[in-house]
Amino acid sequence: MDGHRLPPPSAEIAIEFADVSFRHPNGPLALDGFSLAIERGETLILVGRSGTGKTTILKLINHLLLPQSGVVRVEGRATSDWDPIRLRRRIGYVLQEVGLFPHMTIGRNVAVVPRLEGWPEDRVNARVDELLNLVGLNPKTYADRYPRELSGGQRQRVGVARALAVDPPILLMDEPFGALDPLTRAEMHREFHRIQSQVRKTVVCVTHDMGEAFSLGTKVGVLADGKLAACATPAEIIRSNNPEVKVFLDALPGMGAGSGE
Amino acid sequence: MRLIEFWLNHGGEFLSAILRHLALVVVSTGIAVAAGVPLGVVSYRNPRIGGPLIGLANIVQTIPSLAMFGFLIPMPLIGGIGAQAAVIVLILYALLPVMRTTVSGLKGIDPSVREAGLAMGMTARELLYQVELPLARTAILAGVRVATVVGVGTATIAAAIGAGGLGVYIFRGVASVDSTVILAGAIPAAVMALAADFALARLERWSAPGRARRGKSRVGAAATAGAGALLLIIGGLIWSERSGGRLVIGSKDFTEQVILGELMAQTIERSTPLKVQRKFNLGDTLVCETAMRAGDLDLYVEYTGTALTAIFKQPVILDSKEVNRRVDASYAATGRTMLAPLGFNNTYVILARGDDARRLGLKTISDAAKYAPNWRAGFGSAFLDREDGYRGLVQAYGLKFRETPLAMNLSLTYRALAEKQVDLISGDATNGLIAKLDLYALEDDKHYFPPYHAVPVIRSETLNRHPELRAAFDRLAGKVSDQEMRQMNYEADVERRDVSLIVRSFLDRHPEIAGK
Repeated sequence: MDGHRLPPPSAEIAIEFADVSFRHPNGPLALDGFSLAIERGETLILVGRSGTGKTTILKLINHLLLPQSGVVRVEGRATSDWDPIRLRRRIGYVLQEVGLFPHMTIGRNVAVVPRLEGWPEDRVNARVDELLNLVGLNPKTYADRYPRELSGGQRQRVGVARALAVDPPILLMDEPFGALDPLTRAEMHREFHRIQSQVRKTVVCVTHDMGEAFSLGTKVGVLADGKLAACATPAEIIRSNNPEVKVFLDALPGMGAGSGE
Repeated sequence: MRLIEFWLNHGGEFLSAILRHLALVVVSTGIAVAAGVPLGVVSYRNPRIGGPLIGLANIVQTIPSLAMFGFLIPMPLIGGIGAQAAVIVLILYALLPVMRTTVSGLKGIDPSVREAGLAMGMTARELLYQVELPLARTAILAGVRVATVVGVGTATIAAAIGAGGLGVYIFRGVASVDSTVILAGAIPAAVMALAADFALARLERWSAPGRARRGKSRVGAAATAGAGALLLIIGGLIWSERSGGRLVIGSKDFTEQVILGELMAQTIERSTPLKVQRKFNLGDTLVCETAMRAGDLDLYVEYTGTALTAIFKQPVILDSKEVNRRVDASYAATGRTMLAPLGFNNTYVILARGDDARRLGLKTISDAAKYAPNWRAGFGSAFLDREDGYRGLVQAYGLKFRETPLAMNLSLTYRALAEKQVDLISGDATNGLIAKLDLYALEDDKHYFPPYHAVPVIRSETLNRHPELRAAFDRLAGKVSDQEMRQMNYEADVERRDVSLIVRSFLDRHPEIAGK
């Protein structure tokens, strides 16, 4: 994409992709010379069709995958140079299917990483209460329940609380609100803004919904053919003439070129 | 009811058989779980190792259990007779269900849950212990349940190699054709299997993910610790009884042999300070012979004619003295010592029904040969195979039967004869059932059957270590007449008295044996 240049490496860049290519075993090229820089404290929403490598990008950031060429840097260091366990504990991850542990209570689910980090029990319990309050779930009511006793939206909130447990500087979200009904989703978007105004994480979130991108992102990136077609503020994206971007804009109610607005 | 009466009469022995049976199952299943779950994890993580591993466990499970016990007897270290070998066989059988359900339990975990664990920065070990194994627990418990129930059943067969347990009654009952004794072992074994199945099913449901509330995990941990401690205690008991310096006395799996084994044991206990260990009901001649050669057995009672032909593969000889001389020499050449004969001659007899004998005026086998073409015969399979058995008998008396004789379990032939399923059988001269079932022993008028004098056989090494044993057995020589033996067999098989009591009263009648 023209005009998208990498800023020089500095302390303000939290995550950086430099000319990254990745191919799944026996699959097509998911990323092809992909470059991207994400500043600290930014909420970047990546939009793309299914199969455009959105989840791949998230997994490359936390070392669940390693690039075949190019380099992914987190906090200035290549992911291949990080101890993967240390790296992942600095990165909260909200999965598409949430992936709560069904054999653990809500409290235990949120406490997983603090316990792995060896926090004392008092601190863990205090943190669990704090986080459940943060995501709008009363700890007294919910801490001892099991995931299957909760609604989809409640589970999604627990997923966010779990990802934030050890206050990681980076938060990855994979279509976190995809399975929710529109009303719940709108509510979750408001919650997200409220939480983000308190915690100020570097957030990378992928979705196929341009509306969600505009609602959540300080920046929006559009993926096409394994590359970044555009990456800019929502206001700039709306004015873009890039054909890949327009495809997504056309799908938005009231925003398409032919809608007459 | 006769069954309850039997349990009451054998209270102590019955209780220890139950405990022993339980111990065999708990220890073997416990070890199989301890080994099978890790093997299942390895198989799951590494299909290249896992495939062959599961295949091997599959093959092991197809081997009939009796055959497996047989294979193990001559094996060094792991094999032999007694509880240790039985536990090994039971472990091998329990391994497959545990391994297989561990693999399928792990495979059934939602991939997003596993991915969440990885993404949160769990190491492989943390993922296994905190996520994968807890989620596979219900499936693994189902495998443990199958393994336990199968184990309770298989453990009854372990009695064949002297491991004890409820199978002792089943084998003893089959041997003495007494369904009460069979049921005395079979019913508690079935109850035990059902109880284990029920208890583990409850545990399985209780452990389902998301069931337990906070705090119950502590109960679970306590239960696990308790079960572990129990396992250690029982395991320790089994290991501690591994004949530390004890004299191991064996017997084959029929009543007379158990009585003779008990007689050896009590004679030694009364006249020497030595400790003995009883490993009775060891199956047939070859099991005892193999166990003795392997050093697992110090002493048992053999019959001279059986030793000559079945063990040392020599041709039949009719002269008693010559048989004794040859058997004595053959044992001496293979590290054993034949002690003085006990007195009675348990040779083969040919039996007809008492009412047939009276009605037709039968006295001898030659008398019966006239009627044989209209009769059916049933013989023990060993008798049919042996050179001194069926083939020679037919030649000596010119016997012809209506059809080819049936091969049957030796001890079942008595009942088959009494119930007119067959008309002529071979039996043991001292069998207590002969009187019980009103059978008639036909005289061997052509002196076809060779002598079968009962002789204690002891490992020479053991005798050299404890030379005082020879004096004890010399005092026992000739004390057990045909009549005494038949009487003791009758008391055990027909009156169902406890074998140790029968032997005790025999020794009380002969105080000179103890040398006191």
